[in-house]
Amino acid sequence: MTLTFKTILTSTEDQIGIVTLNRPKVLNALSHELMGELVQALESFDHDDSVRAIVLTGSERAFAAGADIKEMSDETSISIMLKDQFATWDRVKNIRKPIIAAVSGFALGGGCELAMTCDIIIASESAQFGQPEINIGVIPGAGGTQRLTRCVGKYKAMEMILTGRPITAKEALAAGLVNRVVPVEMFLEEAKTLAKEIAKRPPLAVRLAKEAVLKTFDVPISEGLQFERKNFYALFSSLDQKEGMKAFLEKRPASFVGQ
Amino acid sequence: MTEENTLLFEKKDGYAIITMNRPDRLNAFNDELTFKLQDALKEAEKDDAIRALVITGAGRGFCSGQDLQNRNFSDNSAARPSLGDSIRRRYNPIVLKLRRMEKPIIAAVNGVAAGAGASLAFACDFRIVAETATFVQSFTKVGLVPDSGATFILPRLIGLTKAFEMMILAEKINATQALSLNLVNKVVAPDQLMPEALDLAAKLAKGPTKAFGLTKRAVNKAIFPDLEELLEYEAYLQEIAGRSDDFQEGVKAFIEKRQPAYSGR
Repeated sequence: MTLTFKTILTSTEDQIGIVTLNRPKVLNALSHELMGELVQALESFDHDDSVRAIVLTGSERAFAAGADIKEMSDETSISIMLKDQFATWDRVKNIRKPIIAAVSGFALGGGCELAMTCDIIIASESAQFGQPEINIGVIPGAGGTQRLTRCVGKYKAMEMILTGRPITAKEALAAGLVNRVVPVEMFLEEAKTLAKEIAKRPPLAVRLAKEAVLKTFDVPISEGLQFERKNFYALFSSLDQKEGMKAFLEKRPASFVGQ
Repeated sequence: MTEENTLLFEKKDGYAIITMNRPDRLNAFNDELTFKLQDALKEAEKDDAIRALVITGAGRGFCSGQDLQNRNFSDNSAARPSLGDSIRRRYNPIVLKLRRMEKPIIAAVNGVAAGAGASLAFACDFRIVAETATFVQSFTKVGLVPDSGATFILPRLIGLTKAFEMMILAEKINATQALSLNLVNKVVAPDQLMPEALDLAAKLAKGPTKAFGLTKRAVNKAIFPDLEELLEYEAYLQEIAGRSDDFQEGVKAFIEKRQPAYSGR
């Protein structure tokens, strides 16, 4: 991959792709430019067969402190609608490979929403999550009201969104917003280790599993169950299913090829 | 009234000294002193050149706790100050910072450490004390509950039996008693206090600060895993106590220098 970026860094390690938000001076505020570059990098990893899982991270101080308010303060209802900035967010949502957010410091507003767009969230002890949009006269616009509510429940989400007050990593863990909380020195490594573990799993099954889990949020359970079953059946035409079950019966480790 | 230099912050080679400096009030906490202490602790935490910290008091006292003459008391309960808010804004950030700062912190206790002043010493990592030092959890004397972490830090330092006794009877203990309770690390002659404390700070400052910090983090996790919740809970309870008739009576009696007549309400 030979894309060059101004606001993010990308790298690969074993079979994982790593995207690091890199606007330290503004605590990784999510400008149009950054979101554009982010989605390019994610899509590029998504199309790269050597990458099987993605880690998305920021710095120790900030995953992302929110949208770039400077960019939007003068918008009108019409101008902001015509810019359709959330189209980029929909593309993040459509990435097929699992994305693990490694979050330390601020994950506020768009930062919290971006983390929630990922599939797994590893937090450092210093992480804090919040939707402070109410304090500047708006509401979350990139999924905060929907994803946070499904994640932590109506009451906690209401309090966070109506007061704008952030919660600590510990509270986020108790609320089910993060998978685990680790010392700040270790959050990225923990996320990478997890990504590498997932990267060892058969990629087609990983992809269809992610699809099926996300379906929960879109359709009634009867449809979700049908969808799951079809994905389950589909995997029986893959080489990895044959190999996986054969290896299991022969009591040896499987060797997956992604076919 | 604002006073000058209510807190002194002195950087030495590898460590820093924070001196609470209201000697004529035995370094009682008014708003200014608590906020300056918060700022000084933040600065000490940020500065990588500071690898150990000494906290002491100017004059005869270490710190006599909340300055009761500083509070605005009224018979009208709506006008009474919110002690819960005061604790959340002023004291709890200090205790959190003392526990969270990943550098060794030494309380050099030169004299009386009363109320929140005693709690402050308890929240530090080391307590080197002068023979003239005393500790008293004076809160219940005026109808309040111990705060600034004392309700959960003190029992873990010396065990529940003696901790509860100290908190309920509010009797002063001297340096020798404190040593036999394992409440302090070392008792020294008054003129040896600062040399001892600074020696220890200089020694700690040359140590593996990261390992010390990680050790403190592990101990915090083991002993005070719910630090924030417990501090928050103390604030609730102090708010309740602060609305009681006994607190009004306790403060009045204290200012009028007479025995309080508590009703139990």
